[in-house]
Amino acid sequence: MEEEQEHQLSYRFLALILGGLVVLTAVTVGVSYVDWGFLNVPISLFVASCKATLVLLFFMHIKYEGLAIKVSFISTVIFLAIMISFTFWDVAFR
Amino acid sequence: MSTVTEHRDSQHFPAEHASFFATTSPPGQKGIWAWLLTHDHKRLALMYLWAVFFWLTLALLLGLALRVELMAIGETIMPADVYNAVFTLHGVIMIFLFVIPAIPAIFGNFMLPIQIGADDVFFPRLNLLSWYLYMLGGAVAIVSLFTGDGFADTGWTFYVPFSVTTETNVSLTVSAAFILGMSSLLTGLNFVTTVHRMRVKDMGWLQIPLFTWSLYATAWVQILATPVVSITLVLVVLERFLNIGLFDPDRGGDPLLYQHLFWMYSHPAVYIMILPGMGVISEIIPVFSRKAIFGYKGIVVSSLAIAIAGSLVWAHHMYTSGMSDVSVFVFSLLTFLVAIPSAIKVFSWVSTMYKGSILMTPPLLLALVFIYLFTVGGLTGLVIGAAGTNIHVHDTHFIVAHFHFTMFGGTGFAFFAALHFWWPKMFGLMYNFKRAYLGAILATVGFIFHYVPMFILGMQGMPRRYFDYLPQFETGNFLAGFGGILLVAGILLMFVNLWLSFVSRERAEGDPWGGTTLEWAVPSPPPVHNFIDVPRILDYPYDFSEVLRRAAEREKGN
Repeated sequence: MEEEQEHQLSYRFLALILGGLVVLTAVTVGVSYVDWGFLNVPISLFVASCKATLVLLFFMHIKYEGLAIKVSFISTVIFLAIMISFTFWDVAFR
Repeated sequence: MSTVTEHRDSQHFPAEHASFFATTSPPGQKGIWAWLLTHDHKRLALMYLWAVFFWLTLALLLGLALRVELMAIGETIMPADVYNAVFTLHGVIMIFLFVIPAIPAIFGNFMLPIQIGADDVFFPRLNLLSWYLYMLGGAVAIVSLFTGDGFADTGWTFYVPFSVTTETNVSLTVSAAFILGMSSLLTGLNFVTTVHRMRVKDMGWLQIPLFTWSLYATAWVQILATPVVSITLVLVVLERFLNIGLFDPDRGGDPLLYQHLFWMYSHPAVYIMILPGMGVISEIIPVFSRKAIFGYKGIVVSSLAIAIAGSLVWAHHMYTSGMSDVSVFVFSLLTFLVAIPSAIKVFSWVSTMYKGSILMTPPLLLALVFIYLFTVGGLTGLVIGAAGTNIHVHDTHFIVAHFHFTMFGGTGFAFFAALHFWWPKMFGLMYNFKRAYLGAILATVGFIFHYVPMFILGMQGMPRRYFDYLPQFETGNFLAGFGGILLVAGILLMFVNLWLSFVSRERAEGDPWGGTTLEWAVPSPPPVHNFIDVPRILDYPYDFSEVLRRAAEREKGN
């Protein structure tokens, strides 16, 4: 069974994460002004993923969860990726 | 009956521990409100039980009406448009209101918290909400029957472009499916959280009973796959009202996108349907073999493997749709992989019985029937999982026979087995064995006569969902209809027999079968908080040494 300890994060630390999210939002806006060619979408997605990771790790406390929860969560992401990519393969090879 | 009595547990529970029937949760509720506002997972399980009984009986009778219509060429008991609506209704009810929720919502709700030593699920109010969503979904399905231009005639798959263009009441019908999906999703969420957070401290992951394991694997599929179909059904409604062109190639849409999205849920959904059934069988077989289950870890891993691999095979429903050849190849290969964990389970159940001390009871008989029917269903699945042979039998009666063997012969019979296995626990009452055997045998014989002709009809080329057919298919259809009557009679006999246990009121003890999992360590029916003492966790959940020792002592005493 997972640890069921309370994890109190300081306001200071949470504010730091919030700051990070704001900076990354600015980065999202910034990169949208530059034309990176075919990298446009991957770069935007990468920045968005970084933001989602920060939210999950600290605001949603996944960093402090047991292994089972971590593995469960990561597998959901992998699953989504597989579902989308399998559908796209069909279109790509049709 | 007498053979079972010998094995009955001698433990007695003090009378002051009233059952959950006598104690409300939260306390102080009166009359019908004690049920309608309950937080007790056991009461909710019973509320699901009665609702499922209603829907199952209705859908059985609709299915029987379809087969009676097909017994002779031409129109017999219903016209063609009614036939189309009836087979859609049969499918929608059976899938969304019976097969998906039945085992998790009834037996899962009742047994899962007890099997892991908890006093309830993690979110009791959410559990109640799931029940209301289930009832609302059913009500919307009924309303859609009598409003607009009548019930959808699309079949339960709601394929575009037909579902977008047909005049019938598709929007309301898919809304019903959407609501039912939400209910199933919340139940899944509750189960995953309960297993993680409410498990008694001493119970490690490999001490969890197999039924709970199967529900845990199922719950993950519910959480991951259900949102996909929910969104897809919303897209159909949007398309009907706003005509966006998502599935219309002329406007840059893709009709195959619908099929991908639909089967992305609906194929995993067949594992949502079958996995809990497999969990039931994994509980029943060791109890009546008086022997530890063969390959506990293998069954756990295969449950997870089925959940994972089963989610990656959806496009095997689409071989003839014009999908790319690469996808056909990949999905066919993946489909064959699912056969491995399924076979691991079948071999483990059979090996458990090998050299066991087998005690025949109605639940065991039904479990054995499950193994046989499910194996036939699984093996015929390979015929349609292989792309080459699939082309020939696609959309024929072969498919109908195959999925009824897995979903009805599999999940349906597992449901009947679970009913007979846990009925004494849920109500504290024992039923008549003779009638139960008779019902089970009648249902099995009827089942074989009902669906085997459909395999042959399919091989001969009779399409599914057709209202009429060529003369060469008449014998097969007549036989199938005859089998259907036997099948329904057998099932109704089983239900009547269980109902009669309320009349005869023969008391069942806490552990009438000699089980090792925690639900057998509490009184029948259990008290409101399930456990009177702190539950004792066995090192290995299927350790029968204690049960055998008690049986030996009793024999000595006699």
